[in-house]
Amino acid sequence: MYQFSGKLKMLAIILMALGLLGTAYSFFSAPKTKEEAKAILAANAGHHGTHGDKSHKVDHSAEKHEEKKKDVHSKETVVEHITHDLGAHADETVGEHTKHAKDSVSDSVGHEEEKVSEHVKHALGTHANETLGEHEKHNEAHSDEDTRLTDSLNGHVADKNMNVDKHVKNHHADAHDEDHHLEHALHQMKNRPWSAFYVSMLFFLGITLLVFAFYASQRVAQAGWSVAIFRVMEAITNNIHYVSVFMLVFLILTAMHINHMFPWMAEGTFDPTHENYDAVVDGKKWFLNTPGWLIRSIVYLLGWNIFRFIIRKKSIQQDNGDLKLHKNIYNITVGFVVFFMISESMMSWDWIMGIDPHWFSTLFGWYVLATFLVSALTVIAFVTIYLRSKGALPLVNDSHIHDLAKFMFGFSVFWTYLWFAQFMLIWYADIPEETTYFAQRFNEYKLPFLAMVVMNFVFPVLLLINSDFKSIPWFVVLGGIVILIGHYVDLFVMIMPGTVGAQWGFGIGELSGFLFFLGMFIYATFSAFAKANPVPKGSPFLHESETHHYYIIEHRGEDNNGHH
Amino acid sequence: MSTNKVIHALYNDDDILMDAVKKVKDEHHHIEEVFCPFPVHGLDKAMGLAPTRLAITAFFYGITGLSVAIWLTWYTMIADWPQDIGGKPSFSWLTNMPAFVPIMFELTVFFAAHLMVITFYMRSKIWPFKKAENPDPRTTDDHFLMEIPVHDNEEELKALLATTGAVEINIVDKH
Repeated sequence: MYQFSGKLKMLAIILMALGLLGTAYSFFSAPKTKEEAKAILAANAGHHGTHGDKSHKVDHSAEKHEEKKKDVHSKETVVEHITHDLGAHADETVGEHTKHAKDSVSDSVGHEEEKVSEHVKHALGTHANETLGEHEKHNEAHSDEDTRLTDSLNGHVADKNMNVDKHVKNHHADAHDEDHHLEHALHQMKNRPWSAFYVSMLFFLGITLLVFAFYASQRVAQAGWSVAIFRVMEAITNNIHYVSVFMLVFLILTAMHINHMFPWMAEGTFDPTHENYDAVVDGKKWFLNTPGWLIRSIVYLLGWNIFRFIIRKKSIQQDNGDLKLHKNIYNITVGFVVFFMISESMMSWDWIMGIDPHWFSTLFGWYVLATFLVSALTVIAFVTIYLRSKGALPLVNDSHIHDLAKFMFGFSVFWTYLWFAQFMLIWYADIPEETTYFAQRFNEYKLPFLAMVVMNFVFPVLLLINSDFKSIPWFVVLGGIVILIGHYVDLFVMIMPGTVGAQWGFGIGELSGFLFFLGMFIYATFSAFAKANPVPKGSPFLHESETHHYYIIEHRGEDNNGHH
Repeated sequence: MSTNKVIHALYNDDDILMDAVKKVKDEHHHIEEVFCPFPVHGLDKAMGLAPTRLAITAFFYGITGLSVAIWLTWYTMIADWPQDIGGKPSFSWLTNMPAFVPIMFELTVFFAAHLMVITFYMRSKIWPFKKAENPDPRTTDDHFLMEIPVHDNEEELKALLATTGAVEINIVDKH
């Protein structure tokens, strides 16, 4: 039996304590008034130059320009509209683009000349380093529009189509705009500690859940090789119970409007007479409503917890070698897999896609699944390598590690496939309501957005493509660390743009959330592992797993001639 | 004594064959060839064959396919007859690259797979209408055949092979 050492327990508790302290600090230090938000913005402007108040004012003038243009074009057919856009944007240099922007803006909103020049400056700034090129330029307008939409959804804007005329006539709007913008930034800053905690919580919940799903798939497939690491996977899934408690509290607080992370929950979103009314979200009311959202979320959590509890309990009972019990666990696991496939997709809509309620992607559930699955396999490999080095896993040999690394490699490519499939279709079709998603990420989150693709695809491919490397523990750990960071960033880029927008960063709050859940993960996993026999000796496939040998590789430190 | 003399030892189980191959190698005899009805994992290593270099060729074939795809998309879509791709007529290969990724992927796989198979055929010296080389048709059904060249040690080999569980041992003149 494995002993959960005092040292490791202490580490877990210290991580959790540090995480809690840091999280409390990040909530405490978030700005509470507009004045504080203004001071932060001013400080940021000092740092980044163009990214201060100025660029935000510019956003609003661009908004008006965009709205006005919509009016002008409203009577034309769609095709004409597109042709116009195409013609104007064809083959242009940045200079030409700005000229064009200037022209059309002066045409429609002639009296906003000053702001227009700011817009031009802004455009020059953002386009200077662009690598995606023409397409992004073309989308610039959409991204501006998106800011406006998110803005209004967050519950503090009047800019809706019905107000356009009034708004455009409002030339003294400067002060109003600034005030309104400030309020928006304040809300984003208030969201930040919540989002920081939420990203890590979801990251660890997703990983734990997918470890459970992978374990279930092994049971359903009657897999032989993985029996030696069954208890590792079972131990990790113990974390589901722990994170679920925090998730439940978070869900209830969110439903009570303690935070404003989900824009569609804002007051008046479904009320046509309210200034926050949003027709698009109203059309999704049958799904996107707070009671339904909360009930669904609780059903997912409850389902996962109950399945985990029952399967783990029966799996320990199975140490007596009862084959009827084996079949019984098989049946329950099939039920879980079905429940999981549905609940995982819906979870990704409810908990992640709902943050950008205007945007939708039909393969989002798969994409989130791929992110968590590759992270889950990496975590299984990490825990297995650690426990094996402590001598706690007598049956695990190099071939088991090799298989886990193969899964890490394969699912990294699978993730890339889904990520790119989602990106390319949206890029190709170029429909404004869809491109906003990538335009915002490409403009405001360029570094994490691009770095994550490199970390999640290029690195794993280069590090793990060689068969010999896949069974070398330190190599797997090296590749795994990059994969885990990459997928954390992936989740970060899924959530942050919709909740904190341009006010993002990686600071004490983000780090603390991660440390807290890491500590909890360590505690949950190793305390559960210590409670059961590390070898599931009742499994009918135990021998198959014990003699598992991928014929191409050589097992270090043991006789290689025994098996083939 | 003819140097073209070989011993054919037949086995009817792949595990017995593997053990036999290891035993013969341990006695430092050269195994010319083993004929099997299906691939036996680890046999190449047991026979002392050099690791295959097919993976390396596959990598280069893949690179070739990728290059061909890049050239093809650039020439047909950008250079020779500029196309408006997805409403973004930039006429630049790089900024339209996402649209070409499926083509790049497919041609990489196509080149790697086909050229690898052709390379394998050439290295194995098999081509259409070639007469089969296997010395005993039973090796295409349920028997395994180990071929060992004889160098004045006929009896010694026979005795050794008899202890390895061979179901049949024949001395054959190879022409």
